[in-house]
Amino acid sequence: MRVNGADHPEPDDPRRLLSDHLRHDLGLTGTHVGCEHGVCGCCTVLLDGRPVRSCLMLAVQATGHEVTTVEGLASTDAPLHPVQQAFHECHGLQCGFCTPGFLLVTAAFVRDNPEPSDAEIDEAISGNLCRCTGYSGIRRSVRRAAELSRGR
Amino acid sequence: MSTRLFGERVARREDDRLLRGAGRFTDDVDEGALECAFVRSPFASALIRSIDCSAARALPGVVAVWTAADVPFGDRDLPLLIPHPQLTHPRTQKCLASRVVRYAGEAVAFVVAESRALAEDAADLVDVDYEPLHAVVTPEVSVRAERLVHPDVPGNVAADVIQSIGDVETALGTAPHVQHRSLRIERSAAQPLEARAVWARWDAGERRLTVYDSTQSPTSIRGGLAVLFGLPETSVEVIAPDVGGGFGPKIMLFNPDELLVPHAAMTLGRPVKWTEDRREHFTAVSHERAQVHEVRFGFDGDGRLLALDVDFLHDGGAYTPYGLILPIITAAQLPGPYRVPNYRVRFRDLYTNCTPTSPYRGAGRPHGCFVIERVMDAIAAELGIDRVEVRRRNLIQADEFPYHVGTMWQDGGMTVYDSGDFPELLRMATEALGPRPEGDGVGMGIAMYVEGTGVGPYEGAHVQVLVSGKVVASTGIPSQGQGHGTVFAQVVADELGVGVEDVTITSGDTRRFPWGVGTFASRGAVMSGNAMASAAHAVAEKARQIAANHLEADPADLELVGGEVRVKGSPGRSIPLAAVAILSNPLRYAFGGGAEIATQFQPRAGSGPPLADGDAPGLEATRYFSPAPGSTWASGCHAAWVRVDPITCSLKILKYIVAHDCGRVINPLILEGQIQGGVAQGIAGSYYERLLYDEEGQLRNASFMEFLMPYATEIPDVEILHLETPSPLNPLGVKGAGEAGTIPVAAMLAGAIEDAIGVRIDEMPLYPSRLFELTR
Repeated sequence: MRVNGADHPEPDDPRRLLSDHLRHDLGLTGTHVGCEHGVCGCCTVLLDGRPVRSCLMLAVQATGHEVTTVEGLASTDAPLHPVQQAFHECHGLQCGFCTPGFLLVTAAFVRDNPEPSDAEIDEAISGNLCRCTGYSGIRRSVRRAAELSRGR
Repeated sequence: MSTRLFGERVARREDDRLLRGAGRFTDDVDEGALECAFVRSPFASALIRSIDCSAARALPGVVAVWTAADVPFGDRDLPLLIPHPQLTHPRTQKCLASRVVRYAGEAVAFVVAESRALAEDAADLVDVDYEPLHAVVTPEVSVRAERLVHPDVPGNVAADVIQSIGDVETALGTAPHVQHRSLRIERSAAQPLEARAVWARWDAGERRLTVYDSTQSPTSIRGGLAVLFGLPETSVEVIAPDVGGGFGPKIMLFNPDELLVPHAAMTLGRPVKWTEDRREHFTAVSHERAQVHEVRFGFDGDGRLLALDVDFLHDGGAYTPYGLILPIITAAQLPGPYRVPNYRVRFRDLYTNCTPTSPYRGAGRPHGCFVIERVMDAIAAELGIDRVEVRRRNLIQADEFPYHVGTMWQDGGMTVYDSGDFPELLRMATEALGPRPEGDGVGMGIAMYVEGTGVGPYEGAHVQVLVSGKVVASTGIPSQGQGHGTVFAQVVADELGVGVEDVTITSGDTRRFPWGVGTFASRGAVMSGNAMASAAHAVAEKARQIAANHLEADPADLELVGGEVRVKGSPGRSIPLAAVAILSNPLRYAFGGGAEIATQFQPRAGSGPPLADGDAPGLEATRYFSPAPGSTWASGCHAAWVRVDPITCSLKILKYIVAHDCGRVINPLILEGQIQGGVAQGIAGSYYERLLYDEEGQLRNASFMEFLMPYATEIPDVEILHLETPSPLNPLGVKGAGEAGTIPVAAMLAGAIEDAIGVRIDEMPLYPSRLFELTR
């Protein structure tokens, strides 16, 4: 599988979840695990550009696919990705645990829908739980992310 | 003090790491750690006949399988964190149950293996022979005492506490109007998205124990582990790294894993990690909220409350590790912002065969607020007076502070409100709410609250200017997302005349700051904020002294601005703070920064030693803030328009106003985030979430599939208004804000739903099916 543009060998443990493989085998600990039953969305990654729950997939199922994690949005020394920048400007995070999932969902969403309505924004992020922010800052962040992405 | 950054909407300093996926949560720490799993009781009440670990121990990849008999502290009771003289029958659990289990989820055995999957496989092979007993589940059942949770606790009563102000019986006897209500709040849980986790490493060479723990109180963990393992405190390091939400339950200590994981690391010679899964978190980590209140109240024809008599049952769960804090808080601040001339409150803290309770955002306050606000709405309904007007007539006035409530506060002192302006909060909220929206099924709710925040005993801070001119500061209390890295940086930067980007805060790491109490009770800004200001002020004073010598000026003529110490009025005469930091060390050398200026070896004035008596090298200081007993009292008013669908009973919040007073505001951006998040948790706990125990003590909805945590689609944007009445109890004038958003939501929504559909609401949480029943 390709992860953030780099090729990796096939995972050797057939019962390893994609989330655990990313975190513990590849050291990409930005992908978080909040419920392991597909509800919270903290573990969301992009699989061939589409948001998926990495806790509901086995790692071997990602063989031959392109995976993008939060670490793949902007390289370490590069400026923040527009979606990351938007979440910073609009106080879209508090503890930061759910944040990687929201970032990846938002990145795919504003790519496909550069001028979203408020209702479309709520719908787009309604697969991800946040326990800290009460979503207000996240809504503002998604709106801002769309603006910043349009400007690119 | 400069107010340049204090009060500004400074974007957060801690965001960058978290946005790049470079945060460090406990489960992110690895170093080839062994992993663990618990065997937990499936029964709420049972005797343990035997435990057979042989099959589990034989599984390849399993390193250890322990029962209580296998660990040296297996017979010890876990600590009672907050004893109280009226807690007559405290009981705490052992880290592993060996003879009896008292709640489903109680730990029985502990497995360490090469991976989590293997540990779980082995846990399944541990054969525990239970003799199930009937469970005691609700407080109403517990108080009947037909079965006992602890055979040696008569009546299931851990504590029976009564307080009285005035003469309630006489006042009720003579009041023109008297009502009785039974008001019930169900169990709920905080559910931070990061469950709990502990990682430990024992360095046998240095005899040093290092523990990463997703805790709200690393310094307390450190002290306890040192005693338990017979180590000097100085050889134990506890770090709360990034913590993925806390909201209360992560202040509970010790959880069994917090002893067993370090013990495993010390015994097995490898790092050891345990990461809780969501199902475990539902039953193994503290809950809160369940209380049943019998309320009698008397009032006059103008709607003035004359007497209030509350007798409530608190569901403490199977053990009382956190003492009586929850019911004490309910009892102490139940009168809220209102004058209650005659008030009597009795509570019984009852054992049940459910997960133990400890504070969850709000901590006893939402229940008290629910009671008094239901009373206000009931008075208005009986007399046909507007609900806002009834509240106005009962409010404590702005000129009555300090206001003595007359009840005992959680710290053992008396409940005294320090400052506030409740009528103004009511005016602000109702004015902003605006007219009733069009349509059927629309209702208005209003609720006010007070919150005792910023309790002691103390917090401290260390502030140091590095030779680079950058500033590092640390405090003992960890952050779970509250923005410590930003608000404390604002406070420090103001004192030192540097930019907020020049200040880096470390919190909750005993290696950097070994003393502290914890992040709870909305106390961070009050306690550590004032300690930070004090330490930074001391550093600024020291910088002035050192620079005065160098600049041949009077320290009183110097100011710290733009990263320099300069003579007021003559900007040419200045020295960079970096150079002052170098000068502060009598043996001074460094690359860059201000080294050239500092290392000119100017002759010292006088012939004394380079460091005078009482001097210390380094441009740094440590200070503590420890207020007199009591609290800073935040307050506020929530008001909303809601619509309830008459068929589906779904709830739509049309407009939500919060008028809020937490004293001086350090950072409105972060404060509004705290309030919005608190309101969301309040809405969640009022209409979506509850813990559904069956009569055998099984938690029937222990997953996010069935415990309905709201998504963005359920939570509106809240309109937030600030009122600032500075607290007179601390130099910054701040009060806490973390829990306030949650406290009045259930009370407010009860009034709103009642207004919308005309059904009396005596319980929370509600949910569509229950509301549908009530309308039938």
